Amino acid sequence: MSSPTPAKQRPLSPFMIGPYYRPQLTSMLSIAHRATGVLLALGALLVAWWLLATAGGPQSHATFDAFLRTLPGCLLMAGLVYSLIYHWLNGLRHLFWDAGMGLDLRTAYASGWAVVALSLAGTAAVWFAARG
Amino acid sequence: MEMRNPIARARGLGSAGSGASHWLAQRITAIALALLSPWLLWAALGLAGGGYADARSFLAQPLNAVLVATYMLCLFYHAQLGIQVVVEDYVHTRWLEILLQIATKFVCFLAAIASLLAIVRIALGA
Repeated sequence: MSSPTPAKQRPLSPFMIGPYYRPQLTSMLSIAHRATGVLLALGALLVAWWLLATAGGPQSHATFDAFLRTLPGCLLMAGLVYSLIYHWLNGLRHLFWDAGMGLDLRTAYASGWAVVALSLAGTAAVWFAARG
Repeated sequence: MEMRNPIARARGLGSAGSGASHWLAQRITAIALALLSPWLLWAALGLAGGGYADARSFLAQPLNAVLVATYMLCLFYHAQLGIQVVVEDYVHTRWLEILLQIATKFVCFLAAIASLLAIVRIALGA
């Protein structure tokens, strides 16, 4: 929560997304980390529903199962699988940064592109595993 | 957890809140989730083709019950910490910000407790 407005208005750097900066891989991946995080919070509620439905008995489990087989259910699952893999990979990137590793521009871009490629490949792998 | 040196607090310089413990809690839950997520995704793929009985017997296994319970606690703790920061950063209407912060905490706490009770019911065969 923010503190009361300070007496002196100090200059602030503009927000990373907007007219002041051109889009960069690093800032796009950063905002995607937040967006996938928010989506995964909804996914957490879906997992909680699965647990409650399974504890409730065959009837409630069937209701949950039927929802996952609808088109919105399938789209939600696809989005959640991608979000989980993306947030996992990019979160690992953040943990390395926290340890002071990979902060230089070259490495930050290389790890960024690796996250893009691996998250797509991982989602495809899960897709085929789920079908097969 | 108090991460600040008492002299820093006494001087009243720098951050005045609990930012360091928030940061640390987010990282620790992140590590736990990073370790458990691949296992849970793998388990979910195995259960995707099955039905009610498969899900039941998976959760009735003591080790699975303990790990899924741990996962759900870390998951909702981590989600609450993350959404708190998103709301702090983007919601600038004061009453709405407070409403969302409290609602997030309520939903996460409630869902975590409900998940734990559901796992316990299944694990104890109720």
